[in-house]
Amino acid sequence: MTLLTNAFSKPHPALVCFITAGDGDTAANLDALVAGGADVIELGMPFTDPMADGPAIQSANLRSLGAGTTTADVLQIAYEFRERHPDVPLVLMGYANPMVRRGPEWFANSAKGAGVDGVICVDIPPEEDEALGPALREQGIAPIRLATPTTDAARLPSVLQGSQGFVYYVSVAGITGKQQAAQDSIEQAVAALKAQTDLPIAVGFGVRTPEQAGAIAKVADGVVVGSALVEIVGEYGAEAPAKLQELTSALAEAVHTAR
Amino acid sequence: MNTQPNSFKNQPDDRGHFGEFGGRYVAETLMPLILDLEREYRAAQADPEFAREFDDLLEHYVGRPSPLYHAERLTEALGGAQVWFKRDELNHTGAHKINNCIGQILLAIRMGKTRIIAETGAGQHGVATATVCARFGLPCVIYMGAEDVKRQSPNVFRMKLLGAEVIPVTSGGATLKDAMNEGLRDWVANVHDTFYIIGTAAGPHPYPEMVRNFQSVIGTEARAQMLDRVGRLPDLLVACIGGGSNALGLFHPFLDDPDVKMLGVEAAGHGLDGDEHAASLLGGSPGVLHGNKTYLLQDEDGQITEGHSISAGLDYPGIGPEHAWLKESGRVEYTAVTDKEALDGFQLLCRTEGIIPALEPSHAIAAVADRAKEMSEDQIILMNLCGRGDKDIFTVAEKLGVEM
Repeated sequence: MTLLTNAFSKPHPALVCFITAGDGDTAANLDALVAGGADVIELGMPFTDPMADGPAIQSANLRSLGAGTTTADVLQIAYEFRERHPDVPLVLMGYANPMVRRGPEWFANSAKGAGVDGVICVDIPPEEDEALGPALREQGIAPIRLATPTTDAARLPSVLQGSQGFVYYVSVAGITGKQQAAQDSIEQAVAALKAQTDLPIAVGFGVRTPEQAGAIAKVADGVVVGSALVEIVGEYGAEAPAKLQELTSALAEAVHTAR
Repeated sequence: MNTQPNSFKNQPDDRGHFGEFGGRYVAETLMPLILDLEREYRAAQADPEFAREFDDLLEHYVGRPSPLYHAERLTEALGGAQVWFKRDELNHTGAHKINNCIGQILLAIRMGKTRIIAETGAGQHGVATATVCARFGLPCVIYMGAEDVKRQSPNVFRMKLLGAEVIPVTSGGATLKDAMNEGLRDWVANVHDTFYIIGTAAGPHPYPEMVRNFQSVIGTEARAQMLDRVGRLPDLLVACIGGGSNALGLFHPFLDDPDVKMLGVEAAGHGLDGDEHAASLLGGSPGVLHGNKTYLLQDEDGQITEGHSISAGLDYPGIGPEHAWLKESGRVEYTAVTDKEALDGFQLLCRTEGIIPALEPSHAIAAVADRAKEMSEDQIILMNLCGRGDKDIFTVAEKLGVEM
């Protein structure tokens, strides 16, 4: 059993929380997410050109890079998190270039050394899997793929092929932190995914409130919240951990009791 | 790669790879659309009616074929090889960009798309896109870095006159790469009705191949004109490179002519020894950005760094993937020219030929000046004069210390 499998084997749906590494006191912020009840952590790797992200996460990327965050820093944050929280799965999320800069094997090795459980790379679709996927699987790190409203039935098998850990369903065709998808479209999409895979399905993009998260958790195995948390980091700085824990607790309550 | 391919024209492969470069590094939301675009493009390529319409618009709307011109006074001033220009600066809208825009908007219409978006740096591609959108009555949104909006206000006004909405992009460094990020964000949110007209031979497959093919009209015409006028092929082709579409347009039809050498000219800005340049091939390294693997300006962690050039059309931190492949295969030689050398080239052409070139091809002129002197009088250099300089006179005046 991997940590990711454990997280999705609990008797309730999982809350997946995203923040950007190096934006604010990341260790304290991550601890607050865990204290609030996050089941899985997504740690964003900052990139100069986050083209799939909306304004909130774009700003977080720039704040982090502006503070001088390096790839080594991100890996160190992950390593220290793993030391403090041996049972909470940690997923790195980001863009291809910082991941493949020193070669996919280097990245997979380093991520393994830092105790990373999975990797979500926004701009490596299955067609370019060779660029990173084999190196991750070799190290036992789950390559977590994204499925979207534009992923049609014909294409879905190729997305699921080689995907591990969970499937991240991007509920809106758009960028992070913007509008939320209609509940019935999420239900249909999750059903379509479940018909083709045994992997857990986590739904994200545009999920901001406990009400939204609870509604999605009725049908999905996990709910991803990112921009709403990242905005707190941006707004509250040193005071962010308390605010993060507050929101995470409310989200966790809604997600964990949805069914 | 040690083995030479049988043909340099057989790239990319069916997955859009030029050797190890190119590909389709996009978010899953866009992937089905990219595949759809490729299918539609293949169908268009096989449809004589598409080619007929493209050719007709190039002839009667753009003004093709563009002249092939023997620059005798420049040749005399340089003392060496004969210099000839392919005069794509005489196209409607003043640059080669329109060739590609005509092709892509015909494809957009064929796909039933009802809204066009594009990114622009200097504004030339934005103007060309706004032009074809006006011509075909489609709404047009142009993303332009806020810094570039300030630097290129005449082109912003041109786009608005043509009915386009120009959205200043303030994220990141507020220049061309940020405009492209914003274009991709728009596209990902509006995939159902929107066509993204990418301005250079970069981005996810099939864009690099498609843009190259639309621009290849430059080299196809030039090759025939050269054979017609002097009865032989040129010895050296020269073109400037930002993303690289004008250079590929000239080079591609000659790639399998082994006696024709080729020189691509990047922007060295303040010099390749510092980090104030835009020479992705000579001063960068391979990486993944904006849908393709190619040479990029980046730091050791893979963070993208800002390019610098006097020419806003060249200061993009990447380059089309086919150029990355042509560099590694050795078929094309690449060099770089500084801001100052480009300014000298600009003035040289004004005075010897009565042509005010854009700052982008002024880089190529500087390289031509360099090479011509080393070649004999019976040799021929063919350069793509890919844009005219009206847009640049304010920049040049400022650099020369002239109050306007």
